[in-house]
Amino acid sequence: MKLFLKIWRQKNASTKGKMMEYTLEGIESDMSFLEMLDVLNEDLIARGEEPVEFDHDCREGICGTCSLMINGRPHGPDSRITVCQLHMRSFNDGDTIVIEPWRAKAFPVIKDLIVDRTAFDRIQQAGGYISVNTSGRPVDANAIPIEKDAADASFNAATCIGCGACVAACKNASAMLFTSAKVSQFALLPQGQVEAADRVLNMVRQMDLEGFGNCTNTGACEVECPKGISLENIARMNREYLAASVKG
Amino acid sequence: MGVLDSKVPSGPLADKWTKHKNEIELVNPANKRNIDVIVVGTGLAGGSAAATMAELGYNVKTFCYQDSPRRAHSIAAQGGVNAAKNYQGDGDSVYRLFYDTVKGGDYRSREANVHRLAEVSTNIIDQCVAQGVPFAREYGGLLDNRSFGGVLVSRTFYAKGQTGQQLLLGAYAAMNRQIQRGKIKSYTRHEMLDLVLVDGKARGIIARNLVTGEIERHSAHAVVIASGGYGNLFFLSTYCMGANVMAAWKAHKRGAFFANPCFTQIHPTCIPVSGDHQSKLTLMSESLRNDGRIWVPKKLEDAKAIREGKLKPTDLAEEDRDYYLERRYPAFGNLVPRDVASRAAKERCDAGYGVNKTGEAVYLDFDAAIMRYGREKALTSGMKNPDDKTVRKLGEEVVEAKYGNLFQMYEKIVDQNPYKTPMMIYPAVHYTMGGLWVDYNLMTTIPGCYAAGEANFSDHGANRLGASALMQGLADGYFVLPYTIGDYLSDDIRTGPIPTETPEFEEAENNVRERIQKLMSAKGEHSVDYYHKKLGKIMWNKCGMARNAKELQEAMDEIAELRKDFWANVKVTGVADGKNQELEKAGRVADFLELGELFAMDALERNESCGGHFREEYQTPEGEALRDDKNFTFVSAWEYKGDPRKAKLHKEELVYENIEVKTRSYK
Repeated sequence: MKLFLKIWRQKNASTKGKMMEYTLEGIESDMSFLEMLDVLNEDLIARGEEPVEFDHDCREGICGTCSLMINGRPHGPDSRITVCQLHMRSFNDGDTIVIEPWRAKAFPVIKDLIVDRTAFDRIQQAGGYISVNTSGRPVDANAIPIEKDAADASFNAATCIGCGACVAACKNASAMLFTSAKVSQFALLPQGQVEAADRVLNMVRQMDLEGFGNCTNTGACEVECPKGISLENIARMNREYLAASVKG
Repeated sequence: MGVLDSKVPSGPLADKWTKHKNEIELVNPANKRNIDVIVVGTGLAGGSAAATMAELGYNVKTFCYQDSPRRAHSIAAQGGVNAAKNYQGDGDSVYRLFYDTVKGGDYRSREANVHRLAEVSTNIIDQCVAQGVPFAREYGGLLDNRSFGGVLVSRTFYAKGQTGQQLLLGAYAAMNRQIQRGKIKSYTRHEMLDLVLVDGKARGIIARNLVTGEIERHSAHAVVIASGGYGNLFFLSTYCMGANVMAAWKAHKRGAFFANPCFTQIHPTCIPVSGDHQSKLTLMSESLRNDGRIWVPKKLEDAKAIREGKLKPTDLAEEDRDYYLERRYPAFGNLVPRDVASRAAKERCDAGYGVNKTGEAVYLDFDAAIMRYGREKALTSGMKNPDDKTVRKLGEEVVEAKYGNLFQMYEKIVDQNPYKTPMMIYPAVHYTMGGLWVDYNLMTTIPGCYAAGEANFSDHGANRLGASALMQGLADGYFVLPYTIGDYLSDDIRTGPIPTETPEFEEAENNVRERIQKLMSAKGEHSVDYYHKKLGKIMWNKCGMARNAKELQEAMDEIAELRKDFWANVKVTGVADGKNQELEKAGRVADFLELGELFAMDALERNESCGGHFREEYQTPEGEALRDDKNFTFVSAWEYKGDPRKAKLHKEELVYENIEVKTRSYK
């Protein structure tokens, strides 16, 4: 198929970027979207131009590295997948495809389609853990039975891959879905109770410091999340936050 | 033992680790504050080692090329992590896990290391649960287990098809806690480009900031390499795109011996190659072999008709299918170890029974499991005489609960519904058992340079069993290295900070700058990927699932030729002093072009078949691997001598005192 691409090009964080147009032919429907970009880059290299830089790594939908806004949607038109799992069979011959980086104040562009998501790391560092040292002598793993439903719900929250699609999808660039997923994972487990109050307060504080916007419950994040993280997590975090604030 | 001293403690096998921990030197907490450790790679091994060492009090610096430690490729491990907990009461024990691992590795691993691995395996599960890793549970609230290839017990703990991700997030969380405390300084989007030795000891690294292009000097009292395996040598593999051998290879060039480079795992259940544009292969978890049955048509004409699209697999009657693993290996059936399953698939496809357009695919069929689970579910739900349609529906629900995300992943890539038609699979490069040679303390042949996880060679011999990589990465990182490293660092309590303004750092930095300059100025013909793909083809065709002397020799020559061409004609666009993915790739491929030749030479030297290393000249009449224990019960450890083919072979003889070395049989 033949495609018309409009791609955001930006040299580095301090330079202004712009959309550039490329025409690409010979794309097969069973290529992945990133393989289509590989083809484009090989063409550019052959012409002596600089290839388009984009983040990607596992190419199987689990590492959360790839981060493209495709025709205005994070990870493109299909649901519940990352860009690397998107295949060209989702497009038609002659389509125009607009490709941009995540847009958020807290995710500055590094180059072309690559953004800096270290704000997410700092939110996790603020409290996204259980304080237990490696001793080799903690209690036996089966000493505390955990109700299957709670364990499953915790797992579902823990499946977040930290890609940032929730922020990119949100008109306020809010990181509530991301932050609440981690808060929920621990809030649902007995091991997470001890530090629950400090955790939610510290993580939310850091989230605000990073410059993410507020949540206005539009639910766009849930729709675009490749792992289907539920809005219920945001509700749970709000409850946890309120309880922790009152406890003070 | 010559230059290779494995430092395995004396005494009975089961007491060695305890005894060793009691006897090694410790560093007191106040002194740990004055000691710096660099960890390169932040996957399961590096991340857990960094977190634990920081907890103990060392100042840790971590380096990863990803934008966050959470993205290391440990995350892609789907199936599970082994531990000898015996929660299922099916007769599991530390000894049995030890035995299975040594046997699974085809008697080419070090007994004492493997036993230690089995011992600490149980701690891993306790530790991870305490950290909040959400493992799968049964309705009673206790942890669930499943079974993996090459064993007869259920000892695999899992978190749906995301075990690796959940374990890595556990280690990442432990790291985050130490980053917050200031005990770990995390350098992301950084790549180690050289190891710095001072007075023969590893004292630092040269790293490149991948965003700004700056070349940085970092010093420490010890350096831990936990940068994973080198399967991307084959271009197409289940590895992530960025996986590379750079850190390990640079250590090798500075004096660390590289062990068993030819021991590669080709995983049997991957999605087959679809075309030339393909950039990577996707694994379908081995856990699928618990319920999926592998088959090809019995008749050549049926296989041909299927390839041409004239016949559907579901149309083929039961008696026209060849469940070749069940036929050849009745005791283990579809759960034979990976090397055996992969070779069997290749054998059938080479004989003309392949089922996709390229003839390189076999079926993995869930129909029997769907119906079995469906009937069970119908019974437990109190249905008396359910029709087939209801049974199928119920069964599909059970299978979805177990493997839903894997089925979805398959459907997204192949565009076929695996609930309705069998999956197609084919072997692909998945893991490398070889790596930097380490002693019992996980130290390489360079004092102060350690290697952990997939980057070292130690525990899996010639073939790794499923769900053992996560176990080894975490065992090394949480429970072994942080303690054994103290024995070495106890000599450094008075050393003080290592300065970076020294001739040694200067020399290493210049070295790195020259190399980058050379890559940037070779304004030649072809892109980096062009060379990487060519190398991959040579490796897959001549050093892949079956090898022979003639082709290995050819591979060595072709790789040497390709390397020459690469340095003269590679085209690296962009600039060195900024973000440049082409330059990153070029540096990695340049290393692969050296390692590939050593790999082929190692395979050529090993005149036997064992585990994942199958030499066509050495097989039984039934086509099984034929080991030569008399001449090859050793670890090949290669010393760098300037050119890959000039590398010098050192042998660490393997001694089996506790296990009777037998022909590995899964029949």
